[in-house]
Amino acid sequence: MTRETVVNAALTLGLLIVPMWALMADEPFIITLATRVAILALAGVGLNIALGLGGLVSLGHAAFFGLGGYAMGILASHAQSYTPLITWPVGIEGTTSMPLIWLVAVLAAGLGALVIGALSLRTSGVYFIMITLAFGQMLYYFAISWPAYGGEDGLSIYLRNGFPGLNTLVPIQFLALCYGLLAIALILSARLAASPFGLALNAARQSAARVQAVGLSPYRLRLVAFVISGMITGLAGALFADLNRFVSPTMFSWQTSGEIMVFVILGGVGRLFGPVAGAAVFIILEHVLGGISDYWHIYLGALLLLIVLFARGGLIGLLAGKAAHHG
Amino acid sequence: MSPILLIEQVLNGLQFGMMLFLMSAGLTLVFGVMGLINLAHGSLFMIGAFAAAAVAAATGSFLLALVASLAAAAAAGALVEVLVIRRLYARDHLDQVLATFALILIFSEGTRWVFGSFPLFLNIPPYLSGPVTLPGGIEYPLYRLTLIAVGGLVALGLYLLITRTRLGIRIRAGESDREMIAALGVDIQRLYTLVFALGAALAGLAGALVGAIQSVQVGMGEPVLILAFVVIVIGGIGSVKGALVGALLVGVTDTLGRALLPGFFGLFMEPSAAMSMGSSLASMLIYILMAVVLIAKPSGLYGATV
Amino acid sequence: MGDPILSVQGVSKSFGALAANRDISLDLRAGEIHALIGPNGAGKSTLIQQIAGGLRPDSGRIRFLGQDVTHLGPARRAKLGLARSFQVSALAMEDTVLQNALLGALGARGGAYRFFGAALKDAGLRQAAEEALSRVGLLDKAALQTATLSHGERRQLEVAIALTLRPKAFVMDEPMAGLGTAGSQQLTAFLDGLRAEAPILLVEHDMDAVFALADRISVLVYGQIIATGPCDDIRANPDVRRAYLGEEA
Repeated sequence: MTRETVVNAALTLGLLIVPMWALMADEPFIITLATRVAILALAGVGLNIALGLGGLVSLGHAAFFGLGGYAMGILASHAQSYTPLITWPVGIEGTTSMPLIWLVAVLAAGLGALVIGALSLRTSGVYFIMITLAFGQMLYYFAISWPAYGGEDGLSIYLRNGFPGLNTLVPIQFLALCYGLLAIALILSARLAASPFGLALNAARQSAARVQAVGLSPYRLRLVAFVISGMITGLAGALFADLNRFVSPTMFSWQTSGEIMVFVILGGVGRLFGPVAGAAVFIILEHVLGGISDYWHIYLGALLLLIVLFARGGLIGLLAGKAAHHG
Repeated sequence: MSPILLIEQVLNGLQFGMMLFLMSAGLTLVFGVMGLINLAHGSLFMIGAFAAAAVAAATGSFLLALVASLAAAAAAGALVEVLVIRRLYARDHLDQVLATFALILIFSEGTRWVFGSFPLFLNIPPYLSGPVTLPGGIEYPLYRLTLIAVGGLVALGLYLLITRTRLGIRIRAGESDREMIAALGVDIQRLYTLVFALGAALAGLAGALVGAIQSVQVGMGEPVLILAFVVIVIGGIGSVKGALVGALLVGVTDTLGRALLPGFFGLFMEPSAAMSMGSSLASMLIYILMAVVLIAKPSGLYGATV
Repeated sequence: MGDPILSVQGVSKSFGALAANRDISLDLRAGEIHALIGPNGAGKSTLIQQIAGGLRPDSGRIRFLGQDVTHLGPARRAKLGLARSFQVSALAMEDTVLQNALLGALGARGGAYRFFGAALKDAGLRQAAEEALSRVGLLDKAALQTATLSHGERRQLEVAIALTLRPKAFVMDEPMAGLGTAGSQQLTAFLDGLRAEAPILLVEHDMDAVFALADRISVLVYGQIIATGPCDDIRANPDVRRAYLGEEA
């Protein structure tokens, strides 16, 4: 067992123990925080596939987070007001069923990632960063200026959506759902990294010329990775919207993109559990520092700066040592 | 829409474009010379605006305010370059993105801490306010016309700086071959600090100039930063000429889109739907422009081929 | 003799005012090693890039297995069976030696878009990869990180990846560079046997290896081919002697 495995196991255990303790101590707020950690970690797991495995520095993942969020918001708001989503060419009703909403969120985010990726991946390096950032901003402004779903004010959903057999309004049950999805995403992304696709994608990050020379297209590998990455982040967006029972253009904002990236980096790029560690630390910092000062972002900024300048493997790198090995 | 209104909108677009140019010029120079992507460029824009607002409030002089914006942004830029940015040149883009994202957090919250969350206001001085009458009887605000002129002057100045001065020769040399100019004994660290401070000063100036027609508040820099990225993607990284063309293109497209599209959709849709459709599409227009340029020329209009 | 496997027909390429390749024609026939030699800056790398698909010629055609591939990218040409090794090693340095070889096997077999099942546990891939590694003598280093390999071992790995592709032709850009005498001799012996599997277009500076291996040699000077022929003809060719040795004719 490597040290990284130990750290991962400790993280998993921590994620399980904290809410159990909170349940016994009757601290629903802690459970909500743990739910936030799980959802944000899920968004990070998505980004980590593009960023860690594919080497694609996307500063526009808020686009997919937001698409997932709005998929939930739009479907649930129609169900809530008993108005059909569209009536032509076929009548489609809204829904409050989580599995259906997730499916739509994943598809919407995947489609968005396909279009944005197809365009952005024509370039690389700094261009790619700027372009993904710009497309994220485009959706942000679109969400603000499109009045049908709340425009700038966003959309409130009064009741959390349902999942067969669960009462999602009970915090611990919703948390279990989010944990389950996070666990599935982690397992999938570990298997993806070890799969033939992961091998090829990882090689494309290191040497595009090599991948071409064996007859594979780096562009296609990256595009597929980008779409998978966007889908997972989109699912996180739908859950995040359900947690808050609210969607707003903020989900599309560049800050959201930056924060998702911060989770991944705080934890350690390309590490399976990096986003989990990163999101957990982010939420803890938000509450510890946020309690001390209204201006806690200054400390967060300083910490991030120190990590980038001096601890390049992120937290898991600090704890588990060098050499993030995929596969 | 009457021709007079159309010309007014075109002028508005030019004015907006010129301010974008001031932002983009620094970004593209810093990228061209040092290979650095700087997300905190928007913070320098904000610092310029706040410095100008504070000095104008204290002294009542708009000119002093502008000088303050240049000085404060240049000083902040130089300081950041020496303390942080310098360590990032040899790093990959991901590290640069994160470190400069961290700088945004520090600058934004720091500014909020010092000035509070309420917007400040910077007034247009009396000698620049009011309309002027242009040939053809068009009345147009003198201040906005001045902004277009300032942008034009800066473009000219940058052109002369890069083509006619020793500093410019070094900048161009630095773009093509970093090791070479270091080997020739040019103090490359000082050159980098200088270029960075120059870019910062231009962003600060833009912040102050724009601050007088909008409000001065925390977070004002980043939307402009992202537009400047769009400009650079369209114009081509590292090209000041590309930044100018891209900025004007983006400025005019955005302004005209917002002015014309709702009316255009109104020709065949009911007014409220046309309004929402028009304004939504207008908000996406420059990104669509960017996508079109990307499909046609992935390295931008004036960029070196990737 | 049948149609050539690979043929370059009147290819020219300029970078601005610099004509890197001028009206180059050469071919690679079944069973042969065709060496391309020439002084530094003669345009060998530019030509190889165009053959492999990394650069488009300004004019002229490139045919492979009877098909016009002038406008195909490098991945498509590799799929058709054109394997190349790089002058400056292009390898996934963070990955293990085995993973690099697996990548080649994956490219050859297809199935790069399988998201489940570990690549390392795929028996078919693994067998192809290990066989190629053992042929170049790298099997005992399979588990090492590629970045820890010596320069010479990286060249061997390049060749091994090319082998996994089971190609119809090899294009090798200075495979001997940095190998040392013993390594060069070993690789020379290996390439000697390889030509029976697929012909090799060999760019090489090591003249011992070139004259030991080549069935034919083409000499590229200032972007033009000044001579093509068997070793003895090339040795005796006055233009070649002048270009290489600065001899007066």
